[in-house]
Amino acid sequence: MLQIKPILAALKRHKAGTILIALQIALTLAIVCNALFIIQQRVQRLSRPSGMNESNVLAITNRWVAVNDKDTASLTKTDVQALRQLPGVEDAMNTNSFPLRGGGWSTGVNLVPKENGKPAGQTTLYFVDEHALAVYGAQLIAGRNFTADEVIVADPKDIKSTPQVIVTKALADKLFPKGDALGKQMYLSGKDVPPSTIIGIVKQLQVPWSGIWANDFVENATLLPVQLTGSYGIYLIRAKPGQLAAVTKSAPEALLKTNRMRVISGERAIRTYEKVREDAYKNDRGMAILMGVICVILLAITAAGIVGLTSFWVGQRRKQIGVRRALGATKHDILSYFLTENLMIGIAGVVIGAGLAVGLNLWMVTQFEMARLSAVYVFAGVIALLLLGQAAVLAPAMRAAKVPPVEATRSV
Amino acid sequence: MFSYYLDLALRSLKRNKVLTALMVIAIALGIGACMTTFTVLHVLSGDPLPGKSARLFYPQIDPEDMDGYEPNKEPARQVTWIDGMNLLKAKRGERQALMTGGAVPVQPAQSGMDPFFSDARFTTADFFPMFETPFLFGRGWSEAEDNGKARVAVITRSLNDKLYGGNDSTGKILRMKDTAFRVIGVLDTWRPNPHFYDLNMGNYSATEDVFVPLTTARDLRFERNGSMNCWGRGGGDNEHIETATCVWLQFWVQLESADKAADYRTFLDNYSKEQKALGRFQRPSNVRLSNVMEWMDVNKVVPSDVRLQSWLALGFLLVCLVNTVGLMLAKFLRRAGELGVRRALGASKREVFVQLLVEAGVIGLAGGVGGLVLAFLGLWLVRLQPADYASLAHLDISMLLVTFMLALISSLLAGLLPAWRACQITPALQLKSQ
Repeated sequence: MLQIKPILAALKRHKAGTILIALQIALTLAIVCNALFIIQQRVQRLSRPSGMNESNVLAITNRWVAVNDKDTASLTKTDVQALRQLPGVEDAMNTNSFPLRGGGWSTGVNLVPKENGKPAGQTTLYFVDEHALAVYGAQLIAGRNFTADEVIVADPKDIKSTPQVIVTKALADKLFPKGDALGKQMYLSGKDVPPSTIIGIVKQLQVPWSGIWANDFVENATLLPVQLTGSYGIYLIRAKPGQLAAVTKSAPEALLKTNRMRVISGERAIRTYEKVREDAYKNDRGMAILMGVICVILLAITAAGIVGLTSFWVGQRRKQIGVRRALGATKHDILSYFLTENLMIGIAGVVIGAGLAVGLNLWMVTQFEMARLSAVYVFAGVIALLLLGQAAVLAPAMRAAKVPPVEATRSV
Repeated sequence: MFSYYLDLALRSLKRNKVLTALMVIAIALGIGACMTTFTVLHVLSGDPLPGKSARLFYPQIDPEDMDGYEPNKEPARQVTWIDGMNLLKAKRGERQALMTGGAVPVQPAQSGMDPFFSDARFTTADFFPMFETPFLFGRGWSEAEDNGKARVAVITRSLNDKLYGGNDSTGKILRMKDTAFRVIGVLDTWRPNPHFYDLNMGNYSATEDVFVPLTTARDLRFERNGSMNCWGRGGGDNEHIETATCVWLQFWVQLESADKAADYRTFLDNYSKEQKALGRFQRPSNVRLSNVMEWMDVNKVVPSDVRLQSWLALGFLLVCLVNTVGLMLAKFLRRAGELGVRRALGASKREVFVQLLVEAGVIGLAGGVGGLVLAFLGLWLVRLQPADYASLAHLDISMLLVTFMLALISSLLAGLLPAWRACQITPALQLKSQ
């Protein structure tokens, strides 16, 4: 490190180039840190478990046409029975929604009857029957499942609550932080809503939404033993292992054979759960990939810039290098001169860049739904860029080290 | 002189192909990324009704009870049936329309075609003239048909193609929910972006296929879609939705001038006060009146990811430019000897400066062409995405020009510093060392 002084003297003669490399490193660091942070946030979100056993699940959206709303209950029942008897089907049910579907019900939930105002918690409602746990593949950690005679048929506009509910652990803990939710009563928001007793707790079950706005209650779900009437419903089917492809084909056919007064069409009408998950997180995945590509290209461009400018400097200083070699400097001395020079510019760049990265993040927090950047990313970015700089400078520096001492005697 | 500079520039660029390629690629990547994201942003923040949008207004009034009241909080984003009908009947604007989204089961007459659901819009007569919808055949309905709950429908060109093979279907019968409707109009292709008149349906969703009078839709209890906010007694079920304390309708009004808009705001204020005096409203009057573009801002229509991507691309371009400045600096200074000779032979500083800027400009143009190719590629990738705005991402003429201007200006800017530095060279010093 004895060379710092001469390096500084040399850099003073190349102010513009030095500033440009430092600036480029700073800007790259600022962008790469934030991009990596965004990638991490998105990846974290899209790898969040839904609480379902996601393999072998098929969702079919069914709409009755020209059928009186009251008659849909018996038709739905026939459908579900037909589906359960289908070869390759392990279990099936009719529901209003399921995790990551993209649309569903949400309401406030309280410990006392409450019509308006801020509820104690927010929950999604899944209207299901006693097959729900098996079809979802949700894990019951306390209490019991619904029984067949607890399941009622109701019109969506009349249903306010049911005497029994199963809730997720997240919701149970939110309402009863002591962990004694089982057997307790809760109230769904609304006027004159009767209480519901928590008869079971499942480990995990996500809400139908994947957006950031649902983050506050992402695992707060309530299962109600209700079969809704109305023209719109979803059949959620669990196929036997290896039978999903066959069931995807046979189930809609079986439904149409049972009754033709229905519409099962549109790109989202028949989806395997794999597709459901893909649809739910398509934007997050796209953003993460884009950020990744941008990072790689940025780093490549910055590296190329360093190579270009250092090569120029090496070319410019051939004579001086020759003189130094002639005066006794080893190849290693020359190599380490350029590496040190780059390191110094790099350090200046990353110091500015770290400030820029934090500033950029603070600005993004105000503009976009974004969390505060953790220092780990800045630190990782700093290390990455310093290493990148050293790697980029290596080739030109080695060329410099190869300059023979005799260069000192040449006139050009 | 210019062609001579151009010749010099090309020679110089050919001499160091790797460096030239690096600069061109850097600019092309920066420009390509910027143009892709800017085009998406441009398309998404576009004016859905150019020339008209400044005269269309979306009124907001505050009909809720005192529960959760905060002074000057944004009022409800939709209106109740009672308020919507009152504002509609008041006819204080040039035109006005009340509407909601919905879905209708269409039962085709053809035996081979299964029934299907179509997205629908339940609205009032002024919808068509107010939004200047193009008609392929027929017309919209009149106020009399609104009042008479007429069984009439306007359909879009795509539904007309599907059901009637593209022929003039006016006068034909269309069965929906077991009811016969008479087709009175067919809309030509019309897709305002964003879907400004009702943002509950997805900000960039396609136009609904079926239009039916709102009164008719209510009479037949057609299924409505969209958001509904209730308070107090609520009760937003499909039977009693007219009297429920719920907002679920969109109301648009056309006002020809700023004065009329101010008058309308006063009218809304008076209406709120009057309703409060009557006991229907409880909150103090709190009214808003936004035109189309203001309403898009209020609703933050442009996805934040798209804005984020645009900023990211801009940062990316900045890094690419800094990179190019550095490389150009290296390149120009390396030619100090050559430039020294030119200066000694009589070229002025200015001429050397211009010569170097021409070289920078050539790189910029090449980068611009590369950027354009990348932008086309980028937009093609965007169109492959499943987002509802994906199909809209196309480069138009204005964005094409912007691309080249951006490429040229940024590369000239990038060339300024290196060129200025290079023409500071003292010719004598250079000649001496030769």
